[in-house]
Amino acid sequence: MESKTVEEKERVVIRFAGDSGDGIQLSGNLFAAETALIGNDLVTLPDFPAEIRAPAGTLAGVSAFQIHFASREILTPGGRPNVLVAMNPAALKANIAELEPGGIVIANEDGFTKGNLGKAHYDESPLEDGSLDSYQLFRVPMTSMTVRATEGIDEISSRDAARSKNFFALGLVSWMYSRPTDSTITWIEKKFESKPPIRDANLAAFRAGFNFGETAELLQVSYSVKAAPAEPGTYRAVNGTTATAFGLIAASVRSGLPLFLASYPITPASEILHELSRQRRFGVRTVQAEDEIAAVNMALGAAFGGHLGITATSGPGMDLKAETIGLAVALELPMLVIDVQRAGPSTGMPTKTEAADLLSAIYGRHGESPLPVVAASTPADCFESALEAARIAVAYRTPVILLSDTFLANSSEPWRLPDVSELPEIDPAFATDADAGKFQPYARDDRGARPWAVPGTPGLAHVIGGLEKEDVTGQISYEPENHARMTELRAAKVAGIADEIGDLVPDDPDGADMLVLGWGSSYGAITGAARRIRRRGGKVACAHMRHLNPLPPNTGELLRSYEKVLIPETNSGQLWRIIRAEFLVDALRYNKVEGLPIFAEELDEVISAHL
Amino acid sequence: MSETSISKGNGHPANGDGATVTLTKKDFASEAETRWCPGCGDYAILATVQQFLPEMGIPPEKIVFVAGIGCSGRFAYYMSTYGVHGIHGRAPALATGLAVARPDLSVWVVTGDGDSLSIGGNHLIHALRRNVPINILLFNNQIYGLTKGQYSPTSEEGKVTKSTPFGSQDHPFNPVALSLGADASFVARTVDTDRDHESEVLRAAAAHRGSSFVEIYQNCNVFNDGAFDAVRAKGKEANQIRLVDGEPIRFGVEGERGVVRGANGRLELADVAEVGEDALVVHDADDPTLAYALARLADRPTGPTPLGVIRASDRPTYAEGVGEELATAREGLGDDDIASLLRSGDTWTID
Repeated sequence: MESKTVEEKERVVIRFAGDSGDGIQLSGNLFAAETALIGNDLVTLPDFPAEIRAPAGTLAGVSAFQIHFASREILTPGGRPNVLVAMNPAALKANIAELEPGGIVIANEDGFTKGNLGKAHYDESPLEDGSLDSYQLFRVPMTSMTVRATEGIDEISSRDAARSKNFFALGLVSWMYSRPTDSTITWIEKKFESKPPIRDANLAAFRAGFNFGETAELLQVSYSVKAAPAEPGTYRAVNGTTATAFGLIAASVRSGLPLFLASYPITPASEILHELSRQRRFGVRTVQAEDEIAAVNMALGAAFGGHLGITATSGPGMDLKAETIGLAVALELPMLVIDVQRAGPSTGMPTKTEAADLLSAIYGRHGESPLPVVAASTPADCFESALEAARIAVAYRTPVILLSDTFLANSSEPWRLPDVSELPEIDPAFATDADAGKFQPYARDDRGARPWAVPGTPGLAHVIGGLEKEDVTGQISYEPENHARMTELRAAKVAGIADEIGDLVPDDPDGADMLVLGWGSSYGAITGAARRIRRRGGKVACAHMRHLNPLPPNTGELLRSYEKVLIPETNSGQLWRIIRAEFLVDALRYNKVEGLPIFAEELDEVISAHL
Repeated sequence: MSETSISKGNGHPANGDGATVTLTKKDFASEAETRWCPGCGDYAILATVQQFLPEMGIPPEKIVFVAGIGCSGRFAYYMSTYGVHGIHGRAPALATGLAVARPDLSVWVVTGDGDSLSIGGNHLIHALRRNVPINILLFNNQIYGLTKGQYSPTSEEGKVTKSTPFGSQDHPFNPVALSLGADASFVARTVDTDRDHESEVLRAAAAHRGSSFVEIYQNCNVFNDGAFDAVRAKGKEANQIRLVDGEPIRFGVEGERGVVRGANGRLELADVAEVGEDALVVHDADDPTLAYALARLADRPTGPTPLGVIRASDRPTYAEGVGEELATAREGLGDDDIASLLRSGDTWTID
């Protein structure tokens, strides 16, 4: 409508919220795809309940999806939303406190029935009682308008039609933020190709929502967010799960090692199993194991057979795999263990993020059993981190733990695709039958790595096991001095990786006195907070670790060169403890264990208080 | 020492193109000093396996022995094949990963009653259910030997051991019944000291497509001596019900006894002279109900006990044929394929 105005925004945070059966995650992801195609920078944060279908309308069943998009580079999914789309009273109740003052509420009026109000413990409708007066409230009867829009589609009952209301909401918000609709329309057409009535209902709902925004007098303003400046290149949106899977496949192709993944279903790591199970065209072999212990043993067995053996899990699975990971340390075979961390202890909060497995990854096995630990920092970085973890595993003949977390796994961001030819080389360098006759399974190369001799190679038949081995020969040995030497050799091999990983390079344009040190998914929040502070003229440095064991060689020196070091983590201070123990640096810490990532805004306040 | 030269395939791909391979027992014996207790049944099993393996015509480098923890766990070290001595109970899982990754290998699991029926029970049943192409040899001595004499999941009720001074209250597993319950496609039982019978069973197990499960009655002369005397001791041969597929089930010194179906349909023992030869049950290794009935004929090895191949049925092995498909898919993969993978889905370009 010509009478409507378009306002330009630099950045917007929208949260979609509804019942876990409402298709909120789907709407959010499609909105993110539309946003990516505009060229906005974006970060998303899904937040869903562990229950597949909690009772409809209850607070426990609220599912939410937040997207932060901007015409400049952004690094976090945003703190307080500017817009809340609430499909029912429970969704409103669970999220309204975080909406910015004066923010926009788009409520599905039809969802605010007496029954739903009761389930959300509202005595009166918040749409009526004035409690939302400090916000811009838009009441839209989404369900009934969806039903009306789908009238005339054969084989669709009004009950079925009502299920398309998430597409109405998506259409409306797409109009409000001037999103292109093609990608969503194409997606619906493809996804429901075999179910024409559902396809048509979803399309009708989506268009009705868009048209409602355009024509209804209720909404007078729409917004646009221009493309963010970005480096030239080809981009795609990617979440941590997909990036991890792609990194593993790239490692497999680059090394020539067949990819073998064995996993036991566990939230949120199952998605890696799902993603890789589809990739038979890359020769990817997946096994859904009978349990976590079996999964890691299968990966180890495949590694013995000369494959890139991988298992993916989350915290509870890590505990179960510990003994086998120790075996892999003793066998000195390449193996990748991916831990998509989630809130613990025990079952904890399976769908909520936390990065509290660092100490258990580094130390969580009996005996002296060192292994390399690598952590991804952003969804797209999961690709490079997975490749790096695989490279280390193969080069050093060692199990490697790759740490990701729920936030990285589910969150997505634009990814400038790398030049494949510049990805690292991975050379399996198998022992060959040229070594027959003089083969020593525990001889070591310059890196301290032993030969990888796979069954089928004549003349290299050997037996390896969890019993302590004699240096060089690999025969069973209980010799005191040998055990001390082997302990030292295993430790030195892992420590020696530091020589290859390079120094920790701080981002410090202004010569700051304070360094913020991070690892894992706090990268976005730390970098974002630093930028906010610098925009105000403040000085702060930041540095982020991909390698947690061994640490970069200059770590101690770098940290000591700053007056203050602050370590923010979504745990109770695990890297902080290591830094203090290893380097006697009296670092400060900021810890958040709420099942949520750290946000730039909150970290800005924390850092500023120390400056 | 036997020397065998064979050129025909035994159904296992490790036998490759059927090329003639001449191997002897010493090709499979490692230089490691065997360290089981003197008189242990494991020595006899090791000798039989080393003697049998040349028959397969598979070179040692194409064979892998995977062992768990326990006295049986040492087995891998005494073979000159490839081997992995894993952790307690997990050998079937490790072997599954290996066999699935490398269908060209002949993979053998050596385990004990504690290893595979207690701590590793889950992996055993799932390997059998999947019909992964591995051969599982369960050395059953009805006791924990390496940890010095606690009762095991196959020890009899009332067993007095260090950990059960007042007698065990656990009901034991019948390994054959358990494996049949897990839908094992091949189940057999043999005795450690009976080299000929054991070789025959190993031969059938090796030729079987998919998982084979072989329970070997193994005497632990230190902690559970004589546990199988009713079947294994000299003079007790009459208690060995040796099964032959397609043949009436007879046993006894002169074959004077046999297995018949009772009025209620259950298997019973009878004198052949009394019931007549036609009344004898004919062994059919493909019949799952008969296999289970035979497993239950002797819940404990205290009297007449079925030995030999109890069940052998053909069903698809785990992910059969997928390995070839995947290997073909990998041919010629390169950077371009990675690039196209990364570009799958919606992309946009910034100039």
